[in-house]
Amino acid sequence: MAKTHISFNLNGRPVDVLAEPRELLIHVLREQLAHTGPHIGCETSHCGACTVDLNGRSVKSCTVLAVQAQGGNVLTVEGLATNGTLHPLQEEFMQQHGLQCGFCTPGMLVRAYRFLQENPNPSEEEIRTGMSGNICRCTGYQNIVKAVQHAAKRLQAAGGK
Amino acid sequence: MIPATFEYHAPSNLKEAIRLLGEHNSGAKILAGGHSLLPMMKLRFAAPAHLIDLNRVPELKGIREQGGMIRIGAMTTENEIIASELLRTKCPLLPEAARQIADPQVRNCGTVGGDIAHGDPGNDHPAIALATEASFVLTGPKGERTVAADGFFLGTYSTQLQADEILTEIRVPAIGKGTGWAYCKLKRKTGDFATAAAAVQLQLDGNTCKKIVIALTNVAPTALKAKDAAALLTGKTIDDKLIEQAAQKVMSICDPAEDLRGDREYKTHMAAEMTRRAIRLALERAKGK
Ligand SMILES: Cc1cc2nc3c(=O)[nH]c(=O)nc-3n(C[C@H](O)[C@H](O)[C@H](O)COP(=O)(O)OP(=O)(O)OC[C@H]3O[C@@H](n4cnc5c(N)ncnc54)[C@H](O)[C@@H]3O)c2cc1C
Ligand code: FES
Ligand code: FES
Repeated sequence: MAKTHISFNLNGRPVDVLAEPRELLIHVLREQLAHTGPHIGCETSHCGACTVDLNGRSVKSCTVLAVQAQGGNVLTVEGLATNGTLHPLQEEFMQQHGLQCGFCTPGMLVRAYRFLQENPNPSEEEIRTGMSGNICRCTGYQNIVKAVQHAAKRLQAAGGK
Repeated sequence: MIPATFEYHAPSNLKEAIRLLGEHNSGAKILAGGHSLLPMMKLRFAAPAHLIDLNRVPELKGIREQGGMIRIGAMTTENEIIASELLRTKCPLLPEAARQIADPQVRNCGTVGGDIAHGDPGNDHPAIALATEASFVLTGPKGERTVAADGFFLGTYSTQLQADEILTEIRVPAIGKGTGWAYCKLKRKTGDFATAAAAVQLQLDGNTCKKIVIALTNVAPTALKAKDAAALLTGKTIDDKLIEQAAQKVMSICDPAEDLRGDREYKTHMAAEMTRRAIRLALERAKGK
């Protein structure tokens, strides 16, 4: 099958790839663009480890075709830090022990990033609902929720972003 | 897991989408949110030769009111349904159900049209469409036709939709005064399909139940309208005894498939319990409590 030319912005930089229409976004990100932050946990749309931001919305990149990113904006965990400085969410996942094995963490971070844009001052309940598409098998979620709470406070103090 | 090879089409308007579908007919499938279709393609349960992506067809999106009817574009996502002020006030059963579907990421992609067109008895919108007495606009090469939700679902993955037709719009009557509603869904965990669920929409005249519709999710090959149970309650002042009788009637029409969510008996009993809860909650809401 003929490959298609796909262009999109990845973490703010334009990228071009050739891929078959049947290739999933997660595979193109990991295998062609060397962005291995988004993980493949289940490949069945359940775990959220593959979560990326596509055009300002959290999606599971194992359930989106790469061709669907054509002309779009994709954000992965690699795009969260700026000039070597970790994003407040990354800092707080570290400070609050929001990870153990770390497998779910890139998906958690990218989802939490978008969630806090949608709801900058969430309650604990809202965090749990907003993060419910991401499964963690290690932490029991408590410290992930705490990390998101702390990051929300810091981001608010810094005036968003 | 990678789908089998297909040719991808991304039309920019409905006319082009219908032309493409007609051209490739039985070998083509519509791609909406992709959150039922792509998992099936990855497992090779589906292997269409052509995929026609509707995500770049703007006319299939959006929610508007026209003549007491709320018109919802088929490509409207679950999260857009949840965010709609119009639906919250005029068709509150829809956002109530959408909030109980899957998780935030899935709700960003999954569409109301895809949830209905898929014909999966585990999907939640079919029962909601029955309970709200919705109708569907199906558009094909010969134009459009409107069919009632009641009668649209023929069997598992089987609906009245023809191979050359696209579900373009869902029409839902706005609720009247004294209306109560509820969608009670039992699920094992966040993001799961229903073990059993009941949708109720009723209208009171004083204390009398003027009208009630009850519909069930995932307890038969299609969503079910519980007509006998509703008939028992219509024209009456609903009390616990009547609710119990309606729940018994609901159990008599359940025909669920046994799976990891439970055996037939359990699911049947849970359908009854979801019905009791949904009727009680709808009554409270109708009374403005
Ligand atoms: C983890 C997970 C949990 C889920 N939980 C739930 C749940 O609790 N409740 C629930 O209801 N659903 C659930 N779903 C399914 C999800 O809501 C799907 O998005 C939905 O069933 C299908 O909608 P879609 O827009 O993704 O359609 P697609 O997957 O793109 O399409 C589904 C089918 O419908 C056809 N189709 C789509 N749109 C049209 C149209 N406009 N005209 C004609 N044919 C069309 C397609 O060709 C395909 O055959 C879940 C999915 C996942 C991955
Ligand atoms: S790998 Fe995509 S949801 Fe699990
Ligand atoms: S830290 Fe191990 S899965 Fe979340």
